[in-house]
This record gives sequence, structure tokens and C-alpha cells, in this order.
Amino acid sequence: MPKSKELTEIEELENMVKELKNISQDKMIDVSSELKEATAKLQKLARKENSKLTAWQRLEIARNPKRPTALDYMDIIFDEFMELHGDRVYRDDEAMVCGLGRIGKQNFTVIAEQKGRNTKENIKRNFGMPNPESYRKAIRLMKQAEKFGRPIVTFIDTKGAYPGIGAEERGQGEAIAKSMMEMANLKTPIICIVIGEGSSGGALAIGVGDEILMLENAVYSVLSPEGFSSILWKDGTRVKEAAEKMKMTAGDLKKFKVIDKIIEEPIGGAQNDVEIVAESLKKAIVSSTKRLKKLSVEDLVDERYHKFRAMGEYIK
Amino acid sequence: MVIDKIKKRGNKNIRQPENKGDIPVGKWLKCEKCGEILYREDVRENYSVCMNCGHHFRLSSRRRIWQTLDENSFQAFDLNLKTVNPLEMEDYAEKLKHLQTVLEIDDAVVCGTGKINQEEVVICVMDGNFLMGSMGSVVGEKITYSIEKAIELKVPLIIFSVSGGARMQEGIISLMQMAKTSAAIAKLNEAGGLFISVLTDPTYGGVTASFASLGDIILAEPNAMIGFAGKRVIKQTIGEDLPEGFQTAEFLLEHGFVDKIVERKDMKETLYRIIKFHK
Repeated sequence: MPKSKELTEIEELENMVKELKNISQDKMIDVSSELKEATAKLQKLARKENSKLTAWQRLEIARNPKRPTALDYMDIIFDEFMELHGDRVYRDDEAMVCGLGRIGKQNFTVIAEQKGRNTKENIKRNFGMPNPESYRKAIRLMKQAEKFGRPIVTFIDTKGAYPGIGAEERGQGEAIAKSMMEMANLKTPIICIVIGEGSSGGALAIGVGDEILMLENAVYSVLSPEGFSSILWKDGTRVKEAAEKMKMTAGDLKKFKVIDKIIEEPIGGAQNDVEIVAESLKKAIVSSTKRLKKLSVEDLVDERYHKFRAMGEYIK
Repeated sequence: MVIDKIKKRGNKNIRQPENKGDIPVGKWLKCEKCGEILYREDVRENYSVCMNCGHHFRLSSRRRIWQTLDENSFQAFDLNLKTVNPLEMEDYAEKLKHLQTVLEIDDAVVCGTGKINQEEVVICVMDGNFLMGSMGSVVGEKITYSIEKAIELKVPLIIFSVSGGARMQEGIISLMQMAKTSAAIAKLNEAGGLFISVLTDPTYGGVTASFASLGDIILAEPNAMIGFAGKRVIKQTIGEDLPEGFQTAEFLLEHGFVDKIVERKDMKETLYRIIKFHK
């Protein structure tokens, strides 16, 4: 497929920025004004290019095997992180990484759905599809966060809770329900970030928070477009159409007030510059925490209740 | 004026149900479980349970309310909600209209107040005939409203679930109803209210994974199919056959997710006894 005029222009600008950076480093020549101009132009073009993406294109970016996972962001966001394991009932489910994180002097409890970064990791992580033990580990540590007055950050990235025999035997539905119910009432700030695929109850189970952030190319939906088209239209091939119809992009969800804030990604997706996305996330986490910590516990829980209470598209 | 009022009330009170989407019309029917030919009137008299094998036929919300509550005690909440079709799905509005006309209910759940042996309760009864009892905006709002009403009136809350899960036609908004209803249950718990969740055939997906699993006491009808993921999805994912009895009420009882399996003929009395234990 031939490249569009805009993409060629972006590529040229990217090369120019690279070259300018090299010149300034190697030759000690001051090119700051040229660099600034080129960068600004590049950003503007990239923004425009990103805004043109269809839901299907974003879904493809969200599912790109090279897309950064929760741990990739966490490494950059937190100055320190210590993983804590186990649900204290049955086992440790590695589809979720939970633990303690710190940014500067602020401690957090971190709850993250973790996809693998290669086949071996994916087997260990069950392709990021949690069993009930993940949700019970999350509940345990979120209650602990409440006890110690630590804010909570969750990273949402899953195709859904695992549909397996063991998962059903051990109460997948109950675990998800309990997690949402507990989150609704936790007396500590909760920031949720949809970083990749947020699909079905398996995603929402750790998504009941005070501020819901979403990466520009992440998706969030009731089920996959594959499921949607095969169930509603009895036709598994209309997947692209389903992706558009379902209103699953960050822009759509902001309009529905399901999410609060969109975090921009570089052109082509977050994998092209993990650092810059992680830095934006860090900034957003810090500023949200600041705002939420100012609220009284009563107001915090009350605001959270009314946020979800208001979700629904109906008329009287 | 008065006539108008009575007419309005008449609509909301549940009368002896006619045939609105439960046992098929005709004098005789065949039990879908054991194949026995049964006289329809006899089955009705027997709580819509097969006299031969004890199979519980699926019930309309109307019949469920009639079986569970004291006569003429049901008063529906006057909410009058309509979904706005957020995904602009073709045929969705027509489908809803058709079901509303045929079933004489506004969506997949009927909610209101009523009495069980003179004990006041808030009750929600889902209806599997209405888009598989799926939960969209209207169902989520009605359930949440009912939970809040139970808190306000300080009376027990009873929800009979039957659902395929979140309503796909309303996309993400349907998903969010899981959080909304679960948050309301958290509020009920704070207030010390009693919630009895009754799982009936079938209860799946987003309903299992929200309020239905959050009862202080969880009851289920015999042999009801209950789970999070559907059997077909699980089979596809793991590529093997599922064990016998998988996801039945008995399976859930064995694994510790249901307090008690209650036959339909004993349901009202059991609910009454639970309520009395909390007085």
C-alpha cells in the first residue's frame, strides 16, 4: 500500500528531528529553534494523523503483540516496585501483577492485568486472562491499601476473565462481582487506566475507580467485536463493522462519560515510544492523586458512587 | 378521574397471569426433560414443575410474582424508563417495542414492592423472555433504583435472576450496569439491609458477575444453569468436553457458591423464614 502524503511528510520530519538532534550533539551547534519548530510541526501532524484512525485500526494497535504491557509502563512510572503474591486462599495467579509502588514520596498499591511479552511469558500469564484468584488477590491488596491509606492504581489490559472449568468451579462470577463491590466502597483514592484491551467483566472487575484514564488507542467494550458480530449478527466475518458499531474507542467512551481522560500516544501506537507514554501516565497519576487526596473520605466514596450511578443511556 | 386511576393501578398490580411467554399454549405439553405428556392446568397448579420428574419450567416474571407474593400485594415502581439505543443498532427499537407489547413489561426486569406472608419486601424479577433477560441501561437502572428503595424503606430486597448477561445491543453502557448495581449493593451492605438473591435457569455473564452473586443469602432453583462464561465459549477455549452436571445449581452448591437449593413449591416459605431470621 502506498504511503499517504501525510505519512511521508511525518517520516521526513522525524528524520529531520533525528538529524537535528545529532547535529546539536556532535557539532555543538545551536539548532534549538529549528528543532523546536520541527518537533511542534511533527506533533501537530501526528495528532491529526492519530485522530483519523478508525476503531478497527485502533483495535489492531491495541492488540499488537509489541504493544507495551503493564509491567513496561510500571518500570518507568514507579521509582520502586515490589510485587506481592497470592490470594491467601488457593494460589497466586500470574495473569495479574500486584504490589507496592512508589513515585517520589507517594506510595501506591498497584493492581495490573499482565499480558505476556512473548509465547513463554504468555503461557505463564495465561495470555492476560485472569482466573478468580487474580481478582481475590486484587481485593486482598486493595483492602490492604485502604487500611494503610494508600491510593490504588489499576492497569486494565485483558481479553476477558478466563473461561475455563476451574475458573467456574472457583467462582469467576463471584470474584468479579465482589471486586467491583469492594472497589465501590473503598475509602482510598482509586485511579484506573485502560492501557490495551479492556474487554468485558474481566476488565471492569478492576475498573471501579475515581478517575478512569485510557490510552488513545486502547479499547474498552462489553465483549470482543468478534463475539459481538457472531452473536448479534450471526456472522463472524463482520468484525470490522462491529468494531465501529460498538463505540469502543477512547473518544467514544469519553462522550459516554465512561472514562475521564485520554492519554495521547505517539503515531502508530505506544510501542513506538514507551517512555513518552509512561511519562504522560505518571504525570496523570500524580495530578489525579493530588486532586483525590484533597477530598474527604465521604466525598471521595460519594463521588465514586454517583459517577457509576449516573451511567446509563435512558429517558424517563 | 377515579376510573383512570384504577385503570392505571390495574395495570401495575399483577393479576392471575394469562399465558405471557411461559408454558406454551395448548391443553397438553411435553416435559422438555423427561418427555412425559402433561396436562397443562395440572402443571400450572404444580408451580410449573413437572409432576413426573420435578423439572422446573421457566417462568415469566408475571407468574413468578404471582407465585411468590401475597395476592394483590405487588405494586410496581412507577419509573417508565426507555433506552435511547446508544449504539444505534438496527431493529433494536422495534424489537423492544414488540416485546413490550407481547409481554406487557417494559424491559427484562419487573420491580416493585410486595408482601410475603405479610412481610413487606422490595422485589425484582427478571424475565428471560425479554431479550434473554439481558441487562442494559433500563435493567441496570431499575435494579439500582430498587436497591436504593430497599435501603430507604428498610425492607428486605429479593432479586430473582434469569439472564444471558449484559445486553450486547447497548455495548459498554451495558457493561457499566454491572459496576452500578454492585456499587448499590455495597451501599445496601453499609446500611445493613438484607439481600436475598435467587438464581433461576439460566443465569449467566454480567448478571452472575454482579448483583446476583452478592446476596447475603443466595438461593437457586434445582437444576438451574448458572455460570459466568457460557458452555460453548468454555468448550471452544479449552477444546474438551465439559463434565456432567457442570454449572448446575447443584454444582454451585457443591463448590460453595450457593447457600441452598430450593424447590419452587417451597420458595415463598423459605424466603419468609429467612426474612423472619433477620427481624
